[in-house]
Amino acid sequence: MSRGTEKVLSRWLPPARMRLVFAGAGALLVFNLVVAAFGHGPAETLGRAFAGTWGTAYGMGQVLFKATPLLLTGLAFHVALRSGLFNIGTEGQLALGALVAGWLGPMLGGLPWPIALPIVIGAAVLVAAAYSAIAGLMRARLGVHEIISCIMLNRCVDVFLPWVLVAGLGATALRTDDLGPEARLPGLETWIPALSGSAVSVAFPLAVAITFGTYAWLERSRAGREMRWVGLGATACEAQGVDVRRRQVQAMVLSGALAGLVCTGTVLGYKGYYELGLGAGAGFSGIAVAMVGRSGPVALVAAALVFGTLAQAGLTINAQVPKEAMNVLEAVVILLVAAASGVAGKERAAVVVAEDDPAEESA
Amino acid sequence: MSQLLSVTTLAETLRIAVPYACAAVGGVWAERSGVIQIGLEGVLLSSAFGSVAVAHATGSMVAGLLAGVLLGVGQSALHAWLVERTKIDAVVSGIALNLLAYAATRMALRALYDSSSNSPGIEGFRVGPMGSEGWQLLARVLMDPVSVLAFIVIVASPWVMRNTRLGLRVRACGENPTAAQAAGIDVSRTRVIALCISGAICALGGVHLAFDQHRFEAGMSGGRGFIALAAVVLSGWRAGRAAVACIAFGLLEALQIGLQDMARTSQAATLIQLLPYVATLLVLGLGIGRGAAPAGIGQSPE
Repeated sequence: MSRGTEKVLSRWLPPARMRLVFAGAGALLVFNLVVAAFGHGPAETLGRAFAGTWGTAYGMGQVLFKATPLLLTGLAFHVALRSGLFNIGTEGQLALGALVAGWLGPMLGGLPWPIALPIVIGAAVLVAAAYSAIAGLMRARLGVHEIISCIMLNRCVDVFLPWVLVAGLGATALRTDDLGPEARLPGLETWIPALSGSAVSVAFPLAVAITFGTYAWLERSRAGREMRWVGLGATACEAQGVDVRRRQVQAMVLSGALAGLVCTGTVLGYKGYYELGLGAGAGFSGIAVAMVGRSGPVALVAAALVFGTLAQAGLTINAQVPKEAMNVLEAVVILLVAAASGVAGKERAAVVVAEDDPAEESA
Repeated sequence: MSQLLSVTTLAETLRIAVPYACAAVGGVWAERSGVIQIGLEGVLLSSAFGSVAVAHATGSMVAGLLAGVLLGVGQSALHAWLVERTKIDAVVSGIALNLLAYAATRMALRALYDSSSNSPGIEGFRVGPMGSEGWQLLARVLMDPVSVLAFIVIVASPWVMRNTRLGLRVRACGENPTAAQAAGIDVSRTRVIALCISGAICALGGVHLAFDQHRFEAGMSGGRGFIALAAVVLSGWRAGRAAVACIAFGLLEALQIGLQDMARTSQAATLIQLLPYVATLLVLGLGIGRGAAPAGIGQSPE
């Protein structure tokens, strides 16, 4: 490619847009290959997938419902990544948060909703943030890489949850009791009758608001700015007197807090209880969302909608093509986008340089 | 108690430990070359599937074994290629490949066998006595061809890494890629080779898992790749010790199965499963063996 074309290309396709185009083209290609492999016409299947998602008001509602947890996990992952940390522990954090919501919710019967809702949501956020803080503290104070600790913490939750449901809460069907109406988030169908029957609740607009709020906070507040600086160059920050370790812990805690909201929205807005396995895999899908939509809040919401569409489309064509095909797509998209943009390359490189051993330093 | 400490338990321990140990030793090979590999779980899963699919189609267990190993090598090499050539972050690549293996095996299960949970049964290797207890079981576990292969590569790994030119190069790339390159070693190539070895050894574990169950089940790796990762960290990135840690995990699991058989009351027994993870967190947190990790892990030569 000549210099000139490259220039034109980069004007029309800035990296942010390039990522989306790349992801879309790659996903479409793999989708067609998979569909063809199962002996169906790609056009016909695509039509069916479209009809089940954006074709009807119900389908749209389902897409928004699927996009809600993806948006929040994407945001959670993004926040940690901005300060150069990989929070791959969202998977465990979101399960813990949802469990707390499902456990606490039924106990608040009789309280008016303006009191009950904040308590339930707050508790879920608190527990998830505290769990995430373990990884953050271990990274910042003990120099333990957050990836290993997050994997171990995720696995601990996997073992712990069934045990606590059976032994701790005495649940027989691996789920919590039903939530009372005071701890529920209303469905969007209350206001938009066209969405009736779909699972989308006010959790979606709330998640969008939280996304914009978090981005604004990262841009405007001092703490948020310093977190981003740490991601760009921890050594330079240290030299400038920024408390790098404190900011790293804060970023992990904030990321965990957001992860705590992920399935709480599903529990309060749709399910009405927590059951084992709810939201499984959302943590990893969130990584895909964060990568595709990392250039800003609008891009993040758009990416969540894209992956939400994929998830819902997978369900509508499940009879013809296994819905796991959409997870295959997701994996391919992650790799394509990562390859196209050198994802996190800059942030991570900066941190690797500054990755010091606290023990060595104090010695 | 005597029921727990028996030849049967010993045999069960070894049988359970094989996939763990294979994955862990594979992990050591990858990480000693400087490539972060959290995709062991995916390698276990796809090699298990590949071996069952080919064994079922051809009726030849040897062909199944080869196919499983090849698939493991391919997936592991793909990880190396993505990390070394396209410069994708190794963590991202590992997560994506895990997801890919999980989804693709389920998809293929539907495509080939029209089932969402498991494949039809396969014969597996049938060597040794048929009894399911005591010495007979132990003899069968020890004579199982996949276990024997696994045993050989696991025992050979530390020696190869310590004493051969290849081992030295792999370690050099993991400890200081810049210096290795200055010494004339092609770092990327060495890492790809190390990842191929890693994939082959890890895949043996996947094949063992599938042949042992005589079929493939969706998600049958069940987190073993992550336990193996814990063993890698606990061992200080040393193959021999990682294998020993895996045998300890195998013993825990065997005891747990024994306990559940004896009394169905022990809910707390499930909490034993936490042990590998908590131990890893503690070892890392307390800084035991700090600095044991390859110094150049995740770095490219400058």
